[in-house]
Amino acid sequence: MTQTWLILGATSSMARAFARQAAERGDAVLFAGRDMAEMEASAADARARGAEDAAVVHFDARDPATFPAIIETMKSREGVLNAAVFVGSMPPQDAIDADPSLIEGTVTDSFTGPAQLLQLLAPVIEERGSGTVVGVGSVAGDRGRIGNYVYGAAKAGFHTYLSGLRNRLTRSGGHVVTVKPGFVDTAMTWTVEGMFLVAPPEKVAGDIFRAVEKKKNVIYTPSFWWLIMTIIRLVPEPIFKKLSI
Amino acid sequence: MAWKTDNYHGWGRALKATGEIARPERRSALVALPDVPAMGQRRSYGDACLNDGGQIADMSRLDRVLEFDPKTGLLHAEAGVTLGDLVRLFGPRGWLPPVVPGTGFATVGGAIAMDIHGKNHHEAGSFGQHVTEIEVMHGGKTKKLKPSHNAFKATVGGLGQTGTIVTAKLQMVPIHGEAMVVNERRMEGWDEFIAEFSNSEAPYSVGWIDATAKGTNLGRGIFEEAEIGTGATKSAKKSKSVPLDAPGFALAPPVVRAFNAAYFRRVPATGRRVVRTFEDFFFPLDRIHDWNKLYGKRGFHQFQCVVPLDQAPALRDMLVAIAESGLASPLAVLKRMGPGSAGMMSFPMEGWTLAVDFPARAKAEQLIKTLEDRTVEAGGRIYLAKDALSRPENVHAMYSNRAKWATEAAKADPEGAHITDLVRRLKLRDAS
Repeated sequence: MTQTWLILGATSSMARAFARQAAERGDAVLFAGRDMAEMEASAADARARGAEDAAVVHFDARDPATFPAIIETMKSREGVLNAAVFVGSMPPQDAIDADPSLIEGTVTDSFTGPAQLLQLLAPVIEERGSGTVVGVGSVAGDRGRIGNYVYGAAKAGFHTYLSGLRNRLTRSGGHVVTVKPGFVDTAMTWTVEGMFLVAPPEKVAGDIFRAVEKKKNVIYTPSFWWLIMTIIRLVPEPIFKKLSI
Repeated sequence: MAWKTDNYHGWGRALKATGEIARPERRSALVALPDVPAMGQRRSYGDACLNDGGQIADMSRLDRVLEFDPKTGLLHAEAGVTLGDLVRLFGPRGWLPPVVPGTGFATVGGAIAMDIHGKNHHEAGSFGQHVTEIEVMHGGKTKKLKPSHNAFKATVGGLGQTGTIVTAKLQMVPIHGEAMVVNERRMEGWDEFIAEFSNSEAPYSVGWIDATAKGTNLGRGIFEEAEIGTGATKSAKKSKSVPLDAPGFALAPPVVRAFNAAYFRRVPATGRRVVRTFEDFFFPLDRIHDWNKLYGKRGFHQFQCVVPLDQAPALRDMLVAIAESGLASPLAVLKRMGPGSAGMMSFPMEGWTLAVDFPARAKAEQLIKTLEDRTVEAGGRIYLAKDALSRPENVHAMYSNRAKWATEAAKADPEGAHITDLVRRLKLRDAS
């Protein structure tokens, strides 16, 4: 049966790597984001790589008025409907310290915007009786740290939302995969100092597809981040609060 | 655009640069960049892809196929697409890039800027001969260049000096088959090799030479002739990578001599016919990621020259000098090239090309200088994609269209914003 992937935040390098792998499997890909010209190029790439179909649709996480048209486009497609959420924004913590109003946009981009769209998509997936939602969170959401706790808090909220959505969709044959990437080699991390064990986006995309196939619930990618984050989660708070990691 | 200060190097790792690198992921980010040189996957060996102390744009994320017409085989792609990706994507659908280099990591932008050649050069010519349009950017504006334009001829093989190559249209070739049928034969010495190359009618041909063999064994090796056909198509071998710099003795002369002898005997004395996947045939070394680390952290040089057909004896003398030097090179490559080339600064010319790797040591650098002088005497030229050691006067003597090219480059990039370490070192853009 035809698989269609809605890619939210389609211009990020992780999203592009994921869309490519979907295209090379022969799936249909719907690119959703703000930069239409850029997404047209990615859609052309998807078609050349073997996608059954590729199209673009305007999506702005901060503008819910863009959501209904996306849902309608998805409904118009036959077969299994899937979505992968790659949106999110991470202003430097010191910029947020200087202007706390940036918190709103960070939370909208990384959590409440995509969550609102997924709320609209959920009934469609329930009606079809199958379909997978991939939600890309972050290891930053596992514990609040001095360097990026607003972004971390938004992602933690998204993780909890995904866990609830999984609980809901599983009843009707749908599935939700929560993805927690470690450091990935993207535009977001290009100039960040102190990065280590940085994974290429293609590796992350491959891990996500494996997780979708095996119906995993929560994955870390690359997988060794599970160990790192388990240790970080286990550090007692009285000690953790003094660390700057 | 975000700039990251980093150390970087070409494939040979002997020359290094420090500078700011931008890596645009969108067309809009690329257009917003100031005029700086561009680099792809940095598969040039020396400093063609370096701008020490300055800025450079990493094009590797602008790597999309923008259009492919399955009726005509015309492909439009961003400069960062690799040739390996094109082989992988289109080979199974009956189309191959017209020219495929020895590594699949080379990008379309790099293939144009170096006017690369492949194992079918004697029949298919150079990469640039199959490019029908190049979109080049300077000052945030793009221009579409056609093969009849002088600017096109200055861009193909033009080392990125006419602006940033953003996209290109490439005529792919239809194929009937899904694998390479390869005939491998032992060549016992130089004369046999030259004769077999001259008699060969295979569309793809390449020679692996044991550059440590001397005396009557001089020039012994394996002659590979191939054509597209059918057969087994699954690569049995998995990719491996070299995680760390190898210690200095890893490629010490006794090791290399033993390796070369074993490589020679791998093919039975009677020869053999094997079927390989496109990847295994075109990119034999890509399966070992970062194999350049085998040369240790000091890196290595590759010397590659081409000399006219009647200068084969001069090339033989060079091989004698290499073998006598005791500087062991694993797997030197010999090939007969056709006349095809598409740019003013293109490397290919009709004749014999020899490529040899050496660890980066003083003695090897001395030898390479000697080999280069002999190349000039023989009326040949060295390949700038490989060069790290040459001098302006030699290269100016080898490339007779250089001054004309420099004029075109100055028209396209009057500020010299695209000048790289290689162009600076060899004074390639000097007016005279």
